[in-house]
Amino acid sequence: MSGAHQHDDVVIRIRGLVNAFSGHVIHDHLDLDVMRGEVLGVVGGSGTGKSVLLRSIIGLNHPESGSIKVFGVETADMDAEDLKGLQLRWGVLFQGGALFSSQTVAENIQVPLRRYTHMSQELMDEIAAMKLALVGLPPDAAQKYPSELSGGMIKRAGLARALALDPELLFLDEPTSGLDPISANQFDQLVRSLQQSLGLTVFMVTHDIDSLRAVTDRIAVLVNKKIKVGTFETLVHDSDPWIHEYFSGARGRAALAGAA
Amino acid sequence: MRNRPLAAPDEALADLRLERRPNLLRLVPTGEWNVGQSPRLDLLLNGLRPEGAREAEIDGAGISELDSAGAWLLLRTKHKLEQQGVRVRNFTLPERYAPLVQIMEADQLTGPVVHRPRPRGFRYFLERLGSGTMHALGQGYGMLGFLGRVTVEAIEAILSPRRELPIPAFVRQVEETGLTALPIVGLLAFLIGVVLAYQGADQLRRFGAEIFTVDLLGVGFLRELGGLVTAIIVAGRSGSAFTAFIGTMRVNEEVDAMETMGLNIAEVLVLPRVLGLMIALPLLTFYADVVGLIGGMVMCYFDLHITVPMFLRELETAITYKTLLVGLIKAPVFAFLIGLVGCFEGLRVERNAESVGKLTTRSVVESIFLIITFDAGFSVLFSIIGI
Repeated sequence: MSGAHQHDDVVIRIRGLVNAFSGHVIHDHLDLDVMRGEVLGVVGGSGTGKSVLLRSIIGLNHPESGSIKVFGVETADMDAEDLKGLQLRWGVLFQGGALFSSQTVAENIQVPLRRYTHMSQELMDEIAAMKLALVGLPPDAAQKYPSELSGGMIKRAGLARALALDPELLFLDEPTSGLDPISANQFDQLVRSLQQSLGLTVFMVTHDIDSLRAVTDRIAVLVNKKIKVGTFETLVHDSDPWIHEYFSGARGRAALAGAA
Repeated sequence: MRNRPLAAPDEALADLRLERRPNLLRLVPTGEWNVGQSPRLDLLLNGLRPEGAREAEIDGAGISELDSAGAWLLLRTKHKLEQQGVRVRNFTLPERYAPLVQIMEADQLTGPVVHRPRPRGFRYFLERLGSGTMHALGQGYGMLGFLGRVTVEAIEAILSPRRELPIPAFVRQVEETGLTALPIVGLLAFLIGVVLAYQGADQLRRFGAEIFTVDLLGVGFLRELGGLVTAIIVAGRSGSAFTAFIGTMRVNEEVDAMETMGLNIAEVLVLPRVLGLMIALPLLTFYADVVGLIGGMVMCYFDLHITVPMFLRELETAITYKTLLVGLIKAPVFAFLIGLVGCFEGLRVERNAESVGKLTTRSVVESIFLIITFDAGFSVLFSIIGI
């Protein structure tokens, strides 16, 4: 595992986060720390607010109360200019890829480059080719439109776009959902190798127990409107019935056995 | 890794030093080789020529920060030098960046991405003309097919007693397309009445025939303008809504879900809209006629001092119930066209966001085109049968 505990450098610090929608409380004074250089998996049952948590961190959802600090900066009271500065330092892969459908894959990857740097078109084309190779897409994928790609290719292209500006922090929302086990496995390995070689901090919402096993350093479980953090091995023995069920069910045992 | 936002290119932050010795070219990159600095570094490296050097060294020990864009620039330079016959005998980087360079060197790059060619020229023009024509013909053919399907479905739905008609959906459509359109249709009809009366009065005054402004208003509004204006507003308001709504359902695969459950698309989605609009539009047209005449009446009072009783007396001689009917009879036809085109284009939406926007625009343009074409057709027809 990478050095999550060697230097306690907190990238995301959440304290007392409360999220509620029309009176229904989803997060009740939730605390969470994400360390530099670690891969944190976030799991939880349907409706426990995994995506809401992610959206709160990246500023798409405004929490009722609580503090979210990313790179030591409070996101809640930031103006648009400050937020822009932060946005350059993270990349987000949305669940459906969220590629712009009117643009080719290459143009999608170049959107952040064009917006935030003054690269020549030639350099942008080289960078796009490099990112495509990095996420394991063939060169001819560059000129395809998202509607011409398979689900796995869309996720990879989305990852290439998220990595366009070489962010330090990567958010992945269910990166392996909708992929077949072989593609999912390849995607896990890709995330792991990119994380190690680019030195990324990864915040990954997932339901894929094999992914959790293969990629994550620590796992945060959303239960009872709060978060419990542990590793795969410690969470198996957790006293909470949902967590116990989740990690020691047939799939969990298979994942544990497969890795051992 | 970078610990702060992207900085603009600056030689104080990242630079490249060149040392030329006999037969040896030494590149000494220093500072932050990252995506923010890459535009300037790219220019520096592009201008680089070996100038007779047989060997090169890249000494990156002075690099304080390296990301994949910076690593790419260095690797690219190394490859270029090697292609020019220069042996790169030394390529050093700080130890912590070894994994990054490793993973990038493992990818066999074939060069920059190739963009889709954007065709130009006369041949391309001909090609577009041809495909546009074929598309328009296909569109007409498809619309005829859709018309047939909806007609058959409508007759079946009305005749079959065991099937339940979607009455609530139908009523909601009348409300959405009719009731909620009252403010905007009323306002526009009133303003057009005012404008028509003002312009008419201006011209007719020269003949001392101001009173005929009332005739102009009555005939113009009831026969043509009321129906046309209302239909065009509704095409923009409800026709577009039909396409966007059904189109979004297609994007979400809701339409496919309906089909697999054996629900009839024409009956569930199309009929309530088309029939609802066929009820709502004539009512809206009548309302626009009345409000438009009131607008004209107000203008006549202030501009020509024609009082309300005078206005009404003149109106009575100018128009008959036939004038009103000629206008109103067109409304259900317009409504049918708007509803049909709106639903047809909605069902043709492909599973992407761009398609929804494109077809919504097309739906409005097509319905307005058809409305005006049919209105012209009605004028010819009415003059032949002498109404």
